[in-house]
Amino acid sequence: MFESLSDKLEIVLKKLRGAGKLTEKNIKDSMREIRRSLLEADVNYKVARDFIKAVEQKAIGAEVLKSIDPGQLIVKIVHDELVALLGGKNEPIAPVDKSPTVYMVCGLQGSGKTTLTAKIALSFKRKNKKALMVAADIYRPAAVKQLQVLADQIAVEHFSLEGKKPPEICHEAVKYAEKNFIDLVLLDTAGRLHVDDELMTELEEIKALVDPHELLLVTDAMTGQDAVKVAEEFHGRLGITGVVLSKLDGDARGGAALSIRAVTGCPIKLASTGEKVSDLEPFHPERMASRILGMGDIVSLVEKAEETIDMEQAEQMQEKLLKAQFNFEDFLEQMKQLKKMGPLDSLLGMIPGVGKAMKNVQVDESAMERMVAIIKSMTIEERRNPTIIDGSRKKRIALGSGNSVQAVNQLLKQFNAMQKMFHSMSKKKFRGLPKGMMPGTFGNF
Amino acid sequence: MFNAFQKLKDSLSRTKDNILGKISEVVLRRRIDDDLLEEIEEILIEADVGVPATMRLIESVKKRARERKLSEGSEVVGLLKEEIAAILTQSQAVGSADSSGPVIWLIVGVNGVGKTTTIGKLATLFAAEGKNTMIAACDTFRAAAIEQIAIWAERSNVEMVRSQSGSDPAAVAFDAAKAAKARGVDILLVDTAGRLHTKANLMEELKKIRRVVNKAAPDALVCSKLIIDGSTGQNALSQVKVFTEAVGCDGIIVTKLDGTAKGGVMIAVSEELGVPVEFIGLGEGIDDLQRFDPEKFAEALFA
Repeated sequence: MFESLSDKLEIVLKKLRGAGKLTEKNIKDSMREIRRSLLEADVNYKVARDFIKAVEQKAIGAEVLKSIDPGQLIVKIVHDELVALLGGKNEPIAPVDKSPTVYMVCGLQGSGKTTLTAKIALSFKRKNKKALMVAADIYRPAAVKQLQVLADQIAVEHFSLEGKKPPEICHEAVKYAEKNFIDLVLLDTAGRLHVDDELMTELEEIKALVDPHELLLVTDAMTGQDAVKVAEEFHGRLGITGVVLSKLDGDARGGAALSIRAVTGCPIKLASTGEKVSDLEPFHPERMASRILGMGDIVSLVEKAEETIDMEQAEQMQEKLLKAQFNFEDFLEQMKQLKKMGPLDSLLGMIPGVGKAMKNVQVDESAMERMVAIIKSMTIEERRNPTIIDGSRKKRIALGSGNSVQAVNQLLKQFNAMQKMFHSMSKKKFRGLPKGMMPGTFGNF
Repeated sequence: MFNAFQKLKDSLSRTKDNILGKISEVVLRRRIDDDLLEEIEEILIEADVGVPATMRLIESVKKRARERKLSEGSEVVGLLKEEIAAILTQSQAVGSADSSGPVIWLIVGVNGVGKTTTIGKLATLFAAEGKNTMIAACDTFRAAAIEQIAIWAERSNVEMVRSQSGSDPAAVAFDAAKAAKARGVDILLVDTAGRLHTKANLMEELKKIRRVVNKAAPDALVCSKLIIDGSTGQNALSQVKVFTEAVGCDGIIVTKLDGTAKGGVMIAVSEELGVPVEFIGLGEGIDDLQRFDPEKFAEALFA
């Protein structure tokens, strides 16, 4: 289908890089390409036009800086403008320090409100805050039940009232929270169209009654040009305080994010990036811009690793790796750690350069499962000392794990290659690895 | 019939900011020239038609205006309507194949597009047409999805096959297909969990459901219908492509067209991928689902 925005820009910018110096003509040409790719990424056409104008002016004005590589210069200008357009720096969500703090969540149908509510509840629960999830969607069949199930899954209290209107439910929920020492009340409102006057009025009523500290609009990252109208309408009527971008783990290029920010001026505060309740990240304009430009997002990756990986274990592992004492038990452990960090494809997309290289490679998680199955079919002794695995052992392992002997051979070969690689790395006294990060371990996606 | 068209027109032309309706405005008392075409181009882009499809539309309007020696701006609207209707028509399926067993529709799509609600409406529609209809609750992943579809089954008075939340969706599909066959059901609607098309493992799960259904009812006509949110932008192309590769989508249902989004990306989808739009959803009511008619749709877009 389309190339991603970052790929497109890369081609355009490569042309520029080769150009030697910036002329007005090649700036114009590249601007046209950039505009087109922004439109294909669903950036609102007015926003795209303004963006291009700003970049073009800066690029032409910057001609004096002939000493710098012109391609790099454009990259920098485009990047800086993207960051600026996305809001500069991360705007944190309102602190949970009142008793109680109230977040109100609203948006169109199917944008991911209930899931987001659970994700926020979980993230504050981890910070030892007491959260209350409030089911204010009385319209959709089984919506209340959905919230209850999610709340139970993460062991967070939930609140619902049968036969009451949403404004009353929300009001009662806040009162309940005050009495019961709850830190954070999350109001999950029903999905509604921004043109549905009656339901929009209902939101205004809720807002007036509970006066939330944070009024979040959840927007699907796949939304097209309409995102602007939706955001304008919600913002105009309710004065939203922040936007959450959901389903960012798909392949949508998320131009909606640029548009909403530019048109409403509302900061994008959170990014929802997966189906698991733990898949919630602060939105970082800097990183998002880098991602759009194909510069990768190593910062998020390292942060994710820090959050999920046991650092002490990771250091031991690195020690082992460098001494080439790494065995299949460690391998298994490492797989487990990696899996905790989320789906592989989303991780790979964050690594600079990999995003593009891996574009057509489907990350096959079942290949990993197969490897785990093979290792688990080995005896402890075999895992610690793979050299003892002979023909008959291989046959047994293959049978036990439901694989062919070739698959077992392949894994052993890979493992050997890996050990050799680390061995040679340790000889070179390679110490450039960030803690906990072990590159090149999984050759077989 | 008239009422249905009125509903379509009303929904698509929320006067406040109907996008393509703007074209009818800008062409008034104008001549066909580059400025006008550029304005129209922007309006089409703003309706999510997408850059390549917009360019092609503009080109062919230009060419046809020259051929027919048209110069009045207002004549562009007619040309565009024709052109869009033609694009949407060319992908329409020609008749449906007969099968001796039940017809089975797998309802697939990304998260939050309205699969479950659409099934509720489809069940109502088919039941009203006198078809023996059955629902399979195969979204065993999302919290309370089974409860949600159960309410729809009850509302439309249709039988439903279900299992517990968290169970294997393929197993539920298998049982449902067997049951549909045994009970002489005309059409079985299979609700599946929402999944982003970029998740290889979830797409594998979907393929498995289709395989299993084929196995359970070999004489059934199995179709995959992709649900797309009407406000989706260019990503719809990617969704159609990947879902079609995985489970062979033979039809699209566009939902939530009662907002300000007009589903313009469907023009690009029809043109580039040729998968026909079959139904459109125009509201939350149980009857707000219509069979798609390219000409009426094109007409209503500009109303």
